[in-house]
Amino acid sequence: MTTLAVRRAHVPLWLTVLGGTVLWLVAWFINLPLSLWLTFEVLGLDPTSQFGQAVAFFLYDVPKVMLLLTGIVTLVSFLRSFVAPEKVRSALAGRNAVIGTVAAAAFGIITPFCSCSAVPLFIGFVEAGVPLGVTFAFLVASPMVNEVAIVLLWGLVGPELTIAYVLAGLTVAIAAGLVIGRLGMERYVEDYVWKVRAGSVAVDFRPTMSDRVRDAWRSTVDIIGRIWPWVVGGIAVGALLHGYVPTELVVKIGGPDIPLAVPALVALGVPLYGNAAGTIPIIEALLGKGLPVGSALAFMMAITALSFPEMVILRKVMKPRLLTTFVAVVAAGIIVIGYLFNWLT
Amino acid sequence: MKLIEVLGPGCSNCKRVEAAANEAVAMTGVAAEVRHVTDYAEIASRGVMNTPGLIIDGRVMSTGRVPSASDIAAWLIE
Repeated sequence: MTTLAVRRAHVPLWLTVLGGTVLWLVAWFINLPLSLWLTFEVLGLDPTSQFGQAVAFFLYDVPKVMLLLTGIVTLVSFLRSFVAPEKVRSALAGRNAVIGTVAAAAFGIITPFCSCSAVPLFIGFVEAGVPLGVTFAFLVASPMVNEVAIVLLWGLVGPELTIAYVLAGLTVAIAAGLVIGRLGMERYVEDYVWKVRAGSVAVDFRPTMSDRVRDAWRSTVDIIGRIWPWVVGGIAVGALLHGYVPTELVVKIGGPDIPLAVPALVALGVPLYGNAAGTIPIIEALLGKGLPVGSALAFMMAITALSFPEMVILRKVMKPRLLTTFVAVVAAGIIVIGYLFNWLT
Repeated sequence: MKLIEVLGPGCSNCKRVEAAANEAVAMTGVAAEVRHVTDYAEIASRGVMNTPGLIIDGRVMSTGRVPSASDIAAWLIE
């Protein structure tokens, strides 16, 4: 029995990529006319009615966001298959604290990170002599500034807030890294971490270009398969909010008159972990209703950066004191950013 | 007897690699044991930072990706 027999017939790589791109572009350009036609011709809704507007918004936004996610996540997953954490680690070891922290936060944007990799990454970094503060800058930036959140913010809320979010996220990561680095908390890392002797590893097999494309596509399908119900649900709720929730109510609850709104939203963000997909469309609608930008940013950042599952995992390498410090420093950074933006806008 | 080690704390991708490894063993008929390493200290001591990792007889064949069963089969009969 040969293994070759089970391989599927091969379509050339360039043809697959070209075909995919063409399909994507066609879908992108027919989305608006198709959604309008469906809403007002097929369903026969009144274009001037609130309900008609909400349905048109929903039918346009869902495919738009799905297309953006498919395209960008595939591209980013493909590009990131060239960036190994091993390389990041050797670039960070032995740097001066400030430069290292800034570089680590920037690397956090592009490097693969799922919460299940957090611990091996942490051990690998610390063990190779990457300072604790630098490692933390990476741990904070990596989940916070991720492509799914960026795509959703860009597609639903717009470029200004997306850029503000990325800059704010990097700022919090760098500040948290510098603070934790200064505190000298090495003894609150679990003892076994220092005893691990990790050899540097050479991977014996290099994935081919088509392996990388296939991997990227698979992980995209995987990610979208997980988040699509949240995206659709979030956009549906957002569409309803647009039409039916009075502006005064939102301004009253989340507005600048309530000073505790920012920390309250940060606390609310922690259990919503992983639901950035469902929350961003709702935030978009609330922004239109007068939710201040700083409160919205703080809420978003808390959702992506602070999560119970990640804390449980990180507890395996950090003693409670370090874990608490980590959470407190990040939360404080997010709250400061929230107030700052509320004050500026 | 070959030793296939799947390194990962038990996330969905790690399980996928394990399934692919089992499939590859069945496909090739090579005598091999598939072991799932979930202990963090042990994963890190192998030098793998990007889970899931796949090690065949001590050689790290892949990290941070899910190789297909036919990839693993090819490595097994190599």
